[in-house]
Amino acid sequence: MDLDVAILSRIQFAFTVSFHIIFPSITIGLATLIAIWEGMWLKTHNPYYLQLAKFWIKPFAITFGMGVVSGIVLSYEFGTNFSKFSEITGAVLGPLMAYEVLTAFFMEAGFLGVMLFGWQRVGRKLHFFSTLTVMIGTWISAFWIIVANSWMQTPAGYKIIDGKFEVESWMAVIFNPSMPYRLTHMVMASLITATFVVAGISAYYLLKKKNIPFAKKGLSMCMWFALVLTPLQAWIGDMHGLNVREHQPTKLAAMEGIWPAEEENVPLLLFAMPNMETESNDYQVGIPNLGSLILTHSWEGAVQGLKAVPPEDRPNVPLVFWSFRVMVGIGVGMMGIAALALLLRRKGRLYENKAFLSLVTFFTPMGVIAVLAGWYVVEIGRQPWIVYNLVRTSEIVSPLPAERVLFTLTMFVIIYSLLIGVYLYFMRKLIKKGPPSMEALEQQLIGMKAPGYALAWVKSLTTQEQNGQTHNNPTIKQGDK
Amino acid sequence: MMDLAFFYFLVLGFAIFMYVLLDGFDLGIGILYPWFDQDGERDHLMRSISHVWDGNETWLVFGGVVLFAAFPAAYAGITSTFYLPIMLMLFALIFRGVAFEYRFKSDTSRPYWDFAFSAGSAIAAFCQGMLLGSIVQGVPAGVDSLSSLHWLTPFSILTGFAVMAGYALLAACYLFMKSRGRIQEHAAKLGKQLLLITILAMVIVSVWTVASQVEIRQRWFSGFNFLWLSPLPIITLVVALLAWKDLNSHANGTVHHEGRPFWYAATLFLLGFAGLVVGLFPYLIPRQLTFMEAASPDSSLLFLLPGVCIFVPLICTYTLWGYRVFAGKVEDYQEGY
Repeated sequence: MDLDVAILSRIQFAFTVSFHIIFPSITIGLATLIAIWEGMWLKTHNPYYLQLAKFWIKPFAITFGMGVVSGIVLSYEFGTNFSKFSEITGAVLGPLMAYEVLTAFFMEAGFLGVMLFGWQRVGRKLHFFSTLTVMIGTWISAFWIIVANSWMQTPAGYKIIDGKFEVESWMAVIFNPSMPYRLTHMVMASLITATFVVAGISAYYLLKKKNIPFAKKGLSMCMWFALVLTPLQAWIGDMHGLNVREHQPTKLAAMEGIWPAEEENVPLLLFAMPNMETESNDYQVGIPNLGSLILTHSWEGAVQGLKAVPPEDRPNVPLVFWSFRVMVGIGVGMMGIAALALLLRRKGRLYENKAFLSLVTFFTPMGVIAVLAGWYVVEIGRQPWIVYNLVRTSEIVSPLPAERVLFTLTMFVIIYSLLIGVYLYFMRKLIKKGPPSMEALEQQLIGMKAPGYALAWVKSLTTQEQNGQTHNNPTIKQGDK
Repeated sequence: MMDLAFFYFLVLGFAIFMYVLLDGFDLGIGILYPWFDQDGERDHLMRSISHVWDGNETWLVFGGVVLFAAFPAAYAGITSTFYLPIMLMLFALIFRGVAFEYRFKSDTSRPYWDFAFSAGSAIAAFCQGMLLGSIVQGVPAGVDSLSSLHWLTPFSILTGFAVMAGYALLAACYLFMKSRGRIQEHAAKLGKQLLLITILAMVIVSVWTVASQVEIRQRWFSGFNFLWLSPLPIITLVVALLAWKDLNSHANGTVHHEGRPFWYAATLFLLGFAGLVVGLFPYLIPRQLTFMEAASPDSSLLFLLPGVCIFVPLICTYTLWGYRVFAGKVEDYQEGY
């Protein structure tokens, strides 16, 4: 069998990066939620916030761990599999990645130990500071990675000397044309992903009638977040789309399945099977002119199509087209859920409607799927270029024997399949175990030398739990200093 | 600009040394794992590093990106040439990394995580030693040789075991500092044995290197060089003796300096590292690529400069703080999160 090392290396990178992205897209958002809960606890002394923070820190820890080990692989794969790429773009991408490690990665790792294990070792303010630092670390990390990726999408601020990139303006490199859209879109996606993970598990508890006050608090908060975040994300996504149209018209054409070199009155395709052989769509169903309206914000606006560039400069159209639809479909679904939640809340049935709770539970992993689909649009849509319109992906592969890459690829598939299984198994275990009871929290608060009011409140809730009462009315007033 | 490139050469050296020192002792804990009892003792070992392993491993990523950012040609050359040992190291690091998270949450699967942690640590350390050995021996030029197993030589296997022994020594000294009673006693005993093995390995590797590498031999023995360099082996022996004395004090029942052996072991690594740099300077890939030739353009080196100057000291400060928060014996920590 004749194996192509370029294809194998690309599959390996796609596989390892897809596996990796699952975890940061959860942890960026989850770190933020945990910081919010811990902050709310410090401010209001309501122990349910502490319970939320204390419970979700465990899934956060295992997710973070998976992100770390799979991320280290990526930082070496640039060199192992794409040595030519790292040689010609090293002067641009290397310093960006170095800044990521210096300003984010070390900070997350340095304060994570205190965030996870330091509850009884440092004061509660210093602990909150550590949690905040980890959260900010995840954001800064996202910033640099997105900067590097955006530069490959819309390169700027460079000159090419002896076939290698050199930087003329770092400001232009960092604030390249697509970076702001990509960054906000990704950070939002991560917040939404975590929101729906928490909402889904909370809804599951409500369905199973377990940990009711805890689950109500989690679901309610997350549905408010979703109500704000999902429309905002749609708006950012729309602006990002306009940016893609301006800078990467071929990618946009693939996303929308537009074939003519230039097309007016573009329909919004609901269904189509893009056919790269015939250069047209099969089974096309669309809404007339809506595509023009969305893409150009005018009824008849013209958009550049795929045939404007030769076939060898086009990405894999069906993959981009369908990934885009999966992402948008999930986004619309999430917006629907948030709206539905508002409706049910007004009727006072947010925590009782079984169909709704099942739907939210079903959506637990949807954020991750949407993020993956979104990245496929971005990355496959950029092909056949690794640096858009400048360097072809086929030109930058390490001169490795194909069997060697096949071997490591097989290993990655085996190891990562095993790991994802283990990850899901332990997540399930944590979820089944549920949050710490008020009694356990009381013990921990004693260890933390918490102030009297916090303990008194938890104690009152503990007695209520033991008396079989589950309602959420603290008998001790807050601010009782 | 030669000076800027030299600065990054120092930064790279610092990153590698920090990695070897910090991940050295926590990989070493994994290597020592089989010598400790199933439950209580292994819990103790794991807990002694579970809050720091992540930060320690970050130095490996930092070393990689400094190489990538400041010396892209060397990064491309080294990582693609040593494809298999690097991949093997990464697989091993994956297994031991996740073992930290899952071991404490497992019931029935605990033996598997113990195995993943221990085997992962040992293999990662061995691969790093092999990489070191093959870089010292010289990397074959050209792409044709990529299909061969040039990195698998008797010398690189020896350096693989040598690094394992050194990491295990660091770990034994770390445990000596972080534990009491039976575990500490056991750590002292293992520490003494590992000290002997490490010194022996250092001697064999040095002699072998000097005997087989003409350039390194010339560097060490031409003119008065050996006179200038002779403090390196002499101090190494003195430090080893001091470490032995402290570890041995445990047997006499008078433990005074529980932290000191770790710093002696770290000094041994520093001296070995210095000896290596003396032999190879100014090459990043021996006899092929110097750090000047591999350096990024000035625009990139200058851009990264404030980042390195501000953040490396800052990182060291909060890393130290993190260690201080968990200072003292492991028994005194409360259970985690």
